[in-house]
Amino acid sequence: MQLLGTQLTNTSALAGNDVATFPDFPAEIRAPRGTRAGVSGFQVQFAQEEIFTPGDTLDALVVMNPAALVTNVQDLRKGGILIANEDGFTEKDFKLAKVDANPLEATVLNDSYRLFKVPMTQLTRTAVSEHGLSPKVADRCKNFFAMGLVYWLFGRSLDTTLRFIENKFGKKPEVAAANEAALRAGWAYGETTEAFGESYQVEAASLTPGTYRNMMGNQALAWGLVAASKISGKDLFYGTYPITPASDILHELTKHKHFGVRTFQAEDEIAAVCATIGAAFGGTMGVTASSGPGIALKAEAMGLGMMLELPMIVINVQRGGPSTGLPTKTEQSDLLQALFGRNGESPIPVIAPRSPADCFQMAIEAWRIATECMVPVMLLSDGYIANGSEPWKIPDVASLPKIEIKHPEKADGDEPFLPYLRDENLSRPWATPGTEGLMHRVGGLEKQHETGNVSYDPANHHFMVETRAAKVSQIAERIPEQDVFGDASGDLLVVSWGGTYGACHTAVARCREAGHRVSHAHLRYLNPFPRNLGEILTSFDRVLVPELNTGQLRMLLRSEFLVDCVGFNKVQGKPFTVSELIETIESQLPAPVAA
Amino acid sequence: MSLPVLKAADFASDQDVRWCPGCGDYSILAQMKKVLPELGVPREKIVFISGIGCSSRFPYYMNTYGMHSIHGRAPAFATGLKSTRPDLMVWVITGDGDALSIGGNHFIHVLRRNLDINIVLFNNRIYGLTKGQYSPTSDEGQVTKSTPMGSIDHPLSPLSVALAAEATFVARSLDAHVKHLGDVLRRASEHKGTSLVEVYQNCNVFNDGAMAYAQEKKQRAENVVELEHGKPLIFGSKQDKGVRLIGNHLEVVNRSEVADDDLLIHDEKDPNPSIQMMLARMRYPTMPEPIGVLRDVENVATYNDQINDQVAMAQQSRGDGDLQELFSAGDTWVVN
Repeated sequence: MQLLGTQLTNTSALAGNDVATFPDFPAEIRAPRGTRAGVSGFQVQFAQEEIFTPGDTLDALVVMNPAALVTNVQDLRKGGILIANEDGFTEKDFKLAKVDANPLEATVLNDSYRLFKVPMTQLTRTAVSEHGLSPKVADRCKNFFAMGLVYWLFGRSLDTTLRFIENKFGKKPEVAAANEAALRAGWAYGETTEAFGESYQVEAASLTPGTYRNMMGNQALAWGLVAASKISGKDLFYGTYPITPASDILHELTKHKHFGVRTFQAEDEIAAVCATIGAAFGGTMGVTASSGPGIALKAEAMGLGMMLELPMIVINVQRGGPSTGLPTKTEQSDLLQALFGRNGESPIPVIAPRSPADCFQMAIEAWRIATECMVPVMLLSDGYIANGSEPWKIPDVASLPKIEIKHPEKADGDEPFLPYLRDENLSRPWATPGTEGLMHRVGGLEKQHETGNVSYDPANHHFMVETRAAKVSQIAERIPEQDVFGDASGDLLVVSWGGTYGACHTAVARCREAGHRVSHAHLRYLNPFPRNLGEILTSFDRVLVPELNTGQLRMLLRSEFLVDCVGFNKVQGKPFTVSELIETIESQLPAPVAA
Repeated sequence: MSLPVLKAADFASDQDVRWCPGCGDYSILAQMKKVLPELGVPREKIVFISGIGCSSRFPYYMNTYGMHSIHGRAPAFATGLKSTRPDLMVWVITGDGDALSIGGNHFIHVLRRNLDINIVLFNNRIYGLTKGQYSPTSDEGQVTKSTPMGSIDHPLSPLSVALAAEATFVARSLDAHVKHLGDVLRRASEHKGTSLVEVYQNCNVFNDGAMAYAQEKKQRAENVVELEHGKPLIFGSKQDKGVRLIGNHLEVVNRSEVADDDLLIHDEKDPNPSIQMMLARMRYPTMPEPIGVLRDVENVATYNDQINDQVAMAQQSRGDGDLQELFSAGDTWVVN
């Protein structure tokens, strides 16, 4: 089902629509088919105007069995199209889905939606019969039948998916042929059956001119890292341990070894981050990625990386927590972990992309900050961004700003090398093994200022703690000022971060269209905050902070700026809907004064 | 151009050595400084990486590049470094707690990957830096600060663990037997692949004399057998004893009763580690303990070579990565 969702997305993107997706699947690989827990869904919105979310409610829903129906039909708008595979609604299926009677017969369902019952399994079997597949394999083709029907309904081209089938199943010609037959049969069914009556056309969206491709968040992160490697002239070492939802970054990076990418699948999360630091010590750029539980394991090594003052990137693709939590669901609950989840005073920069395509730019930004300031940078993505996709305007490579990296050259004088002598960024030199005359030792014991020798001196420790903190807070001078969508002052400011950008932006835009004095500030830099953020916060009567946690950014804003922010918090493993945000925004606005 | 001739003193850093007076670590440090100049590797091409513990202060005392990392993880740091900088000579300095307790996982995995580094494991069978708790190599029944009624843990042998992981170089030496130690360190450095050297190291503060049976010259001959490739296992103060393989076990015999040809002939090159494992399991007081090279298997691909070979192969077949080509491949569309 995930595969088909991706196909519909790509096809729509190629038709010039703006797209946004929300794949939603269980943590189990083969969750019991037909049960409510086993439902794997893929939500996609395609539009002829610019969109920022996969949408709150569904215009059309395709369900293959009763479990999928009962777990999703509440999201279908009144009067929406409901297509059901009639053959998937047998007594056995009712039992699996724990429903008493056939829900397709329910009056309320038939009254509320435009229901189309299609015997997809039977029709698919007939369509693929000549290809000699076993019944089990033949039945797998029914998803392509459903796809063909949807393509007809929305006037999509079959080309992309036909090409995909050829690439994916080319080695098994009979399977490829059967899937193609099923896809075409689905299309033909829509065209020849009179049941549907009408089909829809969604014209191309008016995006900024350029060449586009569809991009998923994890892929964009991987490509951003590869691009940063190229524009900084530094090979990439990627040390990691498989974990949902970060593993796709590894899968993607292993395809790009010809860019000098070395990937290391370590024995555990700790080895992954330690190897990353080892690579950085040797003068290669080290990157590691994980999700919450893995980041917890990396904490001690990240503290060392901060102490050694070596450049590296730690990516956290957040998922539902705590502990193992909800591996395939999204959440923003690792913000405080990112800022404070290490022993001792150990500040590191934290940044967060706001959408799948934004991951590309923020990966480069993490690389830039890490190498300019000799510090591990934490990049916070989340499951929603990682697996979601949107159109990405392909940049002109020549226009990507270069990242300058310098290593001190060999010294042959008698002056001792000072590995902790700082420059104007408070960064120390990145002296790499192999360089004559610069031999030095680094480690996790406190360092003496400049010499880097072990020091237990109380005043030196205090000084070094403050210096490392100052180095990070000074980064505020080299990142962009915070921008605000809407007016610079007003009744309410919505402040958000990470993957909730699309929903918050859309909600604020609609409230503004309704005449409300609401603005939106979406943070991509979380440590340090943009230097003008305090000023922005105090320019509004109220500040609302929607987050998919219990109020972590709100806590930071309150302590940093003494602003009484109000939270809107949801911890359900699901993204915000635009409607619930609008409702909350409106509840925070002053009551209209009677005329 | 010939390389400048370096001396042991050239490898000393400007930092004061802070181990307890009388610690076995001094001897290992001295041997390392003595061996390194003989290898012809410039100081700046050498990196020492350690974990946490007394032994792990070692890098601070060497005038090379060095990293004092976190507890148990030195092999992981070394993996990142050596994979990206195969031109460097990398030494990992660790202890029995660091390598076998908290770092057991990384220890096994670096050995099975055959990363081309040298690991020196200082085994004093005690936790020194935390002041005297038992370690994974402490004897059963040993009374320490954390085991007042005696340890109930079965000790772990680093050599057995390494052989089980099919490490390509496994050796043991003694801090008190300096010539032997120097020779073993040299052999380790010459081996391509992961080299593990266990060094019996005396902690004169918390576990003094724990390995006196092997360390003290008078006792050593009776309790230790020095391995030599292709030679029979012979030991004893009068060289009067040997070790023989009978069925599936080893036994001590008198040379007056058994011909030398019937003794076990040491084969460090045997890719099958089974007999080497039997040697590793010989323990005082029932058997003499082996020192020297138990295993030295060459021509096994190293991790660092392979990770870099794959990059080179990819570049050869696909050319140097081109970003514009990457971005434009596959399905794209134009908005005017």
